[in-house]
Amino acid sequence: MRDLLAAVHALRERLGEIPQADERRLQDLKTEILGRKAGALTKILGDLPKLQPADRRSVGAAANVLKRDFEAAFAARERDLARASRATVGLDPTMPGRPSWRGGLHLVTQVVAEICDIFRELGFTRAVGPEAETEWYNFGALNFPKDHPAIDVQDSFYLADGLLLRTHTSPVQVRTMEQYRPPIRVVSPGQCYRRDPFDPSHAPVFEQVEGLVVDEGVTFVDLKATLSAFARQFFGPHTATRFSPSYFPFTEPSADMQVSCSVCHGAGCPTCKQTGWMEILGSGMVHPAVLENCRIDPEHYSGFAFGMGPHRIAMVRHGIPDIRLFFEGDVRFLAQFSGEGAP
Amino acid sequence: MIVSRRWLEALLGRALDPQDLERRLGMLGAPVEGIVPLHQDLADVRVARVLEVKQHPNADRLTLCLVDVGGSGGAGPVEVVCGAPNVQAGKKYPYAAVGAVLPGGAKLERKKIRGVESNGMLCSAKELGLGEDHAGILELDTDAPPGTPFLDAYPIADHQIVIEVTANRPDLLCHKGVARELGASLGATIKLPELPVGRSDRRTVGPNYRPAVRRPDRGAVDGVEIRLEDAEGCPRYMAAVIRGVRVGPSPAWLAGRLGNIGQRSINNVVDATNYILFELNQPLHAFDLARLRGPAVVIRRARAGERIVTLDGVERTLTAEMTAICDAERPTIVAGVMGSAESEVTPATTDLVLECAYFQPTRIRRTRRALGLSSESSYRFERGIDLFGMPDALRRAIEAIVAVAGGEVREALDLWPQPIHEKTIFLRPERVAQLLGMTVERRDIEQLLSAIGFVVAPKDSRLAVQVPGWRPDVTHEVDLIEETARLKGYGAFPDELRPYRPGTVPDAPIERAKERVRQAIARGGFYEARTFPLGPADGPDAVEVLNPLSAEEAHLRTRLLPGLVRRVEHNWAGRNRDIRLFEVGTVFRRGTSGVAERTAVAGVLTGARRPPHWTEGAKVPDMDIWDLKHHFELAVRLAAPACHVQPAPGGALGWVAVKRGGGGDDVGGWAGALEADAPVWAAPLFGFEVRLEVVELAPALYRALPVTPPVERDVALVLPPDVTAEAVAGVLHRTSGTLLEALDVFDEYRGPGIPADHRSVAWHLSFRDPGRTLREGEVDKILAAAMRALEDELGVRRRAG
Ligand SMILES: [Zn+2]
Repeated sequence: MRDLLAAVHALRERLGEIPQADERRLQDLKTEILGRKAGALTKILGDLPKLQPADRRSVGAAANVLKRDFEAAFAARERDLARASRATVGLDPTMPGRPSWRGGLHLVTQVVAEICDIFRELGFTRAVGPEAETEWYNFGALNFPKDHPAIDVQDSFYLADGLLLRTHTSPVQVRTMEQYRPPIRVVSPGQCYRRDPFDPSHAPVFEQVEGLVVDEGVTFVDLKATLSAFARQFFGPHTATRFSPSYFPFTEPSADMQVSCSVCHGAGCPTCKQTGWMEILGSGMVHPAVLENCRIDPEHYSGFAFGMGPHRIAMVRHGIPDIRLFFEGDVRFLAQFSGEGAP
Repeated sequence: MIVSRRWLEALLGRALDPQDLERRLGMLGAPVEGIVPLHQDLADVRVARVLEVKQHPNADRLTLCLVDVGGSGGAGPVEVVCGAPNVQAGKKYPYAAVGAVLPGGAKLERKKIRGVESNGMLCSAKELGLGEDHAGILELDTDAPPGTPFLDAYPIADHQIVIEVTANRPDLLCHKGVARELGASLGATIKLPELPVGRSDRRTVGPNYRPAVRRPDRGAVDGVEIRLEDAEGCPRYMAAVIRGVRVGPSPAWLAGRLGNIGQRSINNVVDATNYILFELNQPLHAFDLARLRGPAVVIRRARAGERIVTLDGVERTLTAEMTAICDAERPTIVAGVMGSAESEVTPATTDLVLECAYFQPTRIRRTRRALGLSSESSYRFERGIDLFGMPDALRRAIEAIVAVAGGEVREALDLWPQPIHEKTIFLRPERVAQLLGMTVERRDIEQLLSAIGFVVAPKDSRLAVQVPGWRPDVTHEVDLIEETARLKGYGAFPDELRPYRPGTVPDAPIERAKERVRQAIARGGFYEARTFPLGPADGPDAVEVLNPLSAEEAHLRTRLLPGLVRRVEHNWAGRNRDIRLFEVGTVFRRGTSGVAERTAVAGVLTGARRPPHWTEGAKVPDMDIWDLKHHFELAVRLAAPACHVQPAPGGALGWVAVKRGGGGDDVGGWAGALEADAPVWAAPLFGFEVRLEVVELAPALYRALPVTPPVERDVALVLPPDVTAEAVAGVLHRTSGTLLEALDVFDEYRGPGIPADHRSVAWHLSFRDPGRTLREGEVDKILAAAMRALEDELGVRRRAG
């Protein structure tokens, strides 16, 4: 029995020969060790019945383990040899790999998400509201004077029952202030409608992201700081911002924010019309009349609001010349912005 | 709004640089959209002096001029052939050298005229694009030496500055208003320039002009009766009668001023009123006294159905909502919008009524919208003009008319039934700091506001601020705070982040749900589309748009699929055959109360199942109904987890998603083949649409990975007609209990060896007990019981062989 065990151990030594064996030597080794008739290990296994039951178990276990190890080693070497032989019979590694269908999110969805993510870092949550709105939420509560030219730039699609398709997501400001008490820090993404025919820079439907902050002691400095921080996150850490007076009925003071051109970094290029600056968003301190409309005391609370158009921002940042491309659903266009590179 | 640089310079009394102007106006809230240099096509023209004039040897009407064209290098005088009768030695004229480019783009060639070579040319006004006069060359009255660029010597070079004026700032719709803002920025004061007095020798306005006589609502001016009957539509009405005007072409300065802001010269009287419009923002109307029946001017509401032919030659019907300026019989002007062709000032006019009015803004807005007729006047009235500036504007308008057209004014009338004063607003300096986040000194505030015409006086701890009439937008304290910030400059405020408190509003669950669904479907190989939500009615309860851009886009979508199908057709038109698109968007239906909005998820798929690869050679199979079913099931799990998928009722192969326990009525999704306008080479098109439900998904819980081995069996079963795979699977699951871990169809067969109408379906079954190793015998027993049940209940047998 000791002989058999020694023989098993001795055979194990020979495992080391297998990884170097060529095809022929591998066949020889296989016959020599596992051969059906004269294989060394086959013989050992064949001799097992002659042993005492206790010995049979210990030698048998060792022999069976060794048999498995040999089989695995032979198989591994055979695979290696096979692979090597394939590679050498003229496979061309420059042939294309096997692709699978890819998909991706619309660029505007990505930009909206990016904007909301940056504002999430700045403590904002998302709030949404209906696209078919009442005139009160879309205009009245936002301090738009009735029958005033300020409404002209927001030419609306009207529905029955005094409803219209919202011309901005600002109604969500009002709905949020009615439902929650300050402090309020929200951004509201969503689809808006204006009665502008399609042309390269206008679409009757477009995405907007609006924001609203209301709390005690919120100031114009907070507005500038928050929006500048956003711009640096979105356009890069060296982005400069500048604010200039503007007009929105629901904010006072109102401000447009421009950022240094992300294409030319201020040197002047077609994207920024040679000015070095790009207009990105409108903003302002919430008008006291709007706060009052939402039963928030403007002597006690103040706030700021802002709004931007992801379509426009995407056009500027990605050099897209025509807004209509966003609506055509052309797979070649969509794939360009899948983040995987063009197929 | 277009303003002229030169005009602003005249008001500010100093030279302005267009780029500096652009920067300043932008920072004041009047962004410049464009700067258009005028007469740049005259850059090659120079001042030249004619030294000597000789007869052309070969032509009677031509002369040879020896011309000093200046310039360096001692080139000396040149000889120019000239055909103008007015050329005189010693005078200066515009000169274009050979090679110069003239208006119209033509390059001046060297050429012989009647045998004599001409070194350039002396130019007429017409050749320079400065007028119609081409009888003679343009004589220059200038001290500039020969060789000076013409544009430097002759005051016509100008810049059009195109300003974007927001709806709240009517004061910026005139040169004085823009100059006022610039004056505050530059520290300069504004002064109206003297009007050049032309040929009029009867200048009767000036020291002798008396202020207009104030009356409540009726009076007479120089024999014309004036009645203000609609004080609501017209709170203040002023008028003067000018007799003895000579209507004719405008003098060059006036035509030039207007021309430089893109306004066509009409005649001296109309141009003079337009001049005041663009200088002071006061629309004026001059109409022919001789055409006035009465003579009377009645300001009243129009009568419904009254007609008037406006200046543009269109007959318009008025309503009682409109204010009309009438004579004793009929309307002569649609108040604040446009006058009639009939009362227009013509070359034959000698006496005229000059109207200077304030019309109620919303009245004008409604009128011009109802008539579909806008004018420079209506644009300004609609935004609100300066109620208190009217007497000065009328006076200056009379001056201007008399200066260019002569005439005599005896008196003027001012009807103002309910006079009011400028409003006063109180401003708390500490409130400025509270809102702006930075202290602005009280003195600073006073100075800033005063610079643009506010009258500021201390009142206790506050400032009493009187608002000038040209700023109708300033009505509250906060408006003055904005003015302070604006004039201080937004750049003066710091922008460091200060601590903030977290908000109370939870993140919107629908947005989270949309995000999750979009990402999962995109991972399945679909590109997200965002389609146009307006189109033809796609269902009986589609919501109609009352004022659509076109009849084909008059309804909101009730479903996403029709829009996606149009996008597929667009891709087909681009010869793309393999298309997988999805959309997550809002759909609309007429609800019991107004409009019901939902978010839906839809996908369309057509074309090859996977991209072709050279290792496979043969064509890749197209996607079919089973690809659709997979994506539909995935979408239902993602968007409507409370639904399960079942075959669609009716004939066509498809599926619906039905709310579990909802009795089958609550359908939350649909999938099937789609109709489309497909080219012959297109593959079949399939689509699905699912209603997005907002559900808070519980976090996924870990299930222990199995450590015991499975026992696997493959069984082929013969299914009679009408027995579904689902029914078979149901029996297998029921009879096997929890030990049946997985059950997958791997084949279906019809044909020889199987009874007609029957089919063989092969299942792979995997049994496992997580606690112990299953014995083969146990599984055989379970399977035998299952087979009996299948045969008893469904008539399903194991396939022989
Ligand atoms: Zn640039």
